[in-house]
Amino acid sequence: MKFLPLLWANLTRHKRRTVLTVASVALALFLFASLRTVVTTIARNAAAGSAQRLVVQNATGLVFPLPLSYANRLATVSGVTGVSYANWFGGRYGDGKRFFANFAVDPATYLDLYPELQLPPDQREAFLHEKTSAIVGQRLLEVFGWRLGQDVTLQGTIFPGDWTLTIRGVYTPANRSIGDDMLLFHHDYLDERIGRAGIVGWYILRIANADAAPQIAKTVDDQYRSSSSPTKTGTEKAFQAGFATMWGNVSLLMNTIGMAVVFAILLVTANAMMMSARERTKEVAVLKTVGFSDGRLFGLVMLETGIITLAGAAAGLGGAKLLYRATNFNAAGFLPGFDVSVATLVLGTSIAFLLMFASGLVPAMRAARLPVVQGLRTVE
Amino acid sequence: MALVEIRDVHKSFQRDSEKIEVFAGLTLDIEPGSFTALMGPSGSGKSTLLNLVAGLDRPTSGTVKVADAMVSAMTPAQLAGWRARHIGFVFQQFNLLPVLTAYQNVELPLLLTNLSKRERDERVRLALDVVGLGDRLRHYPRQLSGGQEQRTSIARAIVADPTVILLDEPTGQLDAKSSVEVLALLRRLNDEFKKTILIVTHDAHAAERAKTVLHLEKGVLIEKGVKA
Repeated sequence: MKFLPLLWANLTRHKRRTVLTVASVALALFLFASLRTVVTTIARNAAAGSAQRLVVQNATGLVFPLPLSYANRLATVSGVTGVSYANWFGGRYGDGKRFFANFAVDPATYLDLYPELQLPPDQREAFLHEKTSAIVGQRLLEVFGWRLGQDVTLQGTIFPGDWTLTIRGVYTPANRSIGDDMLLFHHDYLDERIGRAGIVGWYILRIANADAAPQIAKTVDDQYRSSSSPTKTGTEKAFQAGFATMWGNVSLLMNTIGMAVVFAILLVTANAMMMSARERTKEVAVLKTVGFSDGRLFGLVMLETGIITLAGAAAGLGGAKLLYRATNFNAAGFLPGFDVSVATLVLGTSIAFLLMFASGLVPAMRAARLPVVQGLRTVE
Repeated sequence: MALVEIRDVHKSFQRDSEKIEVFAGLTLDIEPGSFTALMGPSGSGKSTLLNLVAGLDRPTSGTVKVADAMVSAMTPAQLAGWRARHIGFVFQQFNLLPVLTAYQNVELPLLLTNLSKRERDERVRLALDVVGLGDRLRHYPRQLSGGQEQRTSIARAIVADPTVILLDEPTGQLDAKSSVEVLALLRRLNDEFKKTILIVTHDAHAAERAKTVLHLEKGVLIEKGVKA
């Protein structure tokens, strides 16, 4: 404690430089936390799919539909306790700049299979009984300033035209990975408008026993193997993991950029610390003359570096945590549940300590090893 | 018994391929309570001698003993602790830390002791009062005149009540008036507080204030004058 004034005086000697160094560490760790959170959110959301739901899609690809007639037969497969279906709608609202997921679903079975979508009972009833109604996530309601009972018009991209839907419910996801900015409306309404009855995008099956998933998937796919629309069935987890693998290279890129940023900042910080130590060569010699030991000077320089890096870490990591939490950030719906994890904070703090040692070690050792007579001869 | 005992000290430096011999068997005693001025031309080894006594440098051979402590045989860690307790050093260029106030600069040696904050405060104020800067506690070096800076430096040297005060050209950067003030202060420290002082100087006025004057030339003690 008694060395605090000396430490503080040194830290505030070049206020602008200290602030900029702290800011550069803060920015580096903010970016690190942000990029890593993208990766962890993608991975977590991929793993969050229920193991007790299977997704049946066209074997040719997700964009190819399946016949609605499969529904009844799928319900009879042993181990299947529920069947629903959905279709990607791809509608836009307003200027279309704010992307959000919107699906046509079979309301009753879909809500039954997805209890994570929590709706007040009256809103659920209203949605089920009105063909042109829709439910939306709380965030979407706030983003567009919608309100319950309002008619909103989407512009169809896959299914052209203006689609006016009445908001009858606002759901809250019980699981953050599901996201709270989707819009769901009646599949019947889609069929009716486009005159394309009997086609769905994919099926969702609820199964009684997760362990039986491989067998049920095989049964389903074998059932339609020779049909005009063969299927590809997998767990919802695998289905979402499939999306995540599409991000695979992005994850690698994010990690690489994150580490590159931290390394670049390490060089900046190390340079600033060494410059600062070089400027004080004579003062270090004076302190040694007064009686400061090599070890104490080593400790003081390390402590100084530590304060700078840890202050930067606190600002960067804490800032990322608080900012994303406060703004409920989810990358326009692409990354629901975006939140800096404790593991990321711990890793970021470890990096800050590493940064402290890497950038402080050389100037601290230089101060400790400085021969007094040589230091006193230094011209400042 | 001498406070500082220098025995058969050899000291040489290597500059490129050239070996420069500063001392070749120097022997010298400094008595406790003495006020000794060390004079001589540039390169005669005055500052080197001061550095050897302070433990800032090591002799190539021979021994340096201060207050019964074999300085020349101490490890760097032992030397640091020993210097904090026994040596007060004043530089020609003051060498105050520019980011610390006069008070904080003077407090530095006390940070290495076990004194409480209150005890440190008393000592710092006393030291600054002794050098006549009791009203400049919160001033930074840049806000002080050269003479005041040097007096602050002297306060830093005496605050831990060291065994010996070593001064390297303390008036070299000062105007005539400030020099007189600083020399009067040193004399007072010697007369009134019985401090042992060894001063390296080119300044004849400074030497006049000392009670013993030593002349060094090419590392050899050529004259020792003791005043009444």
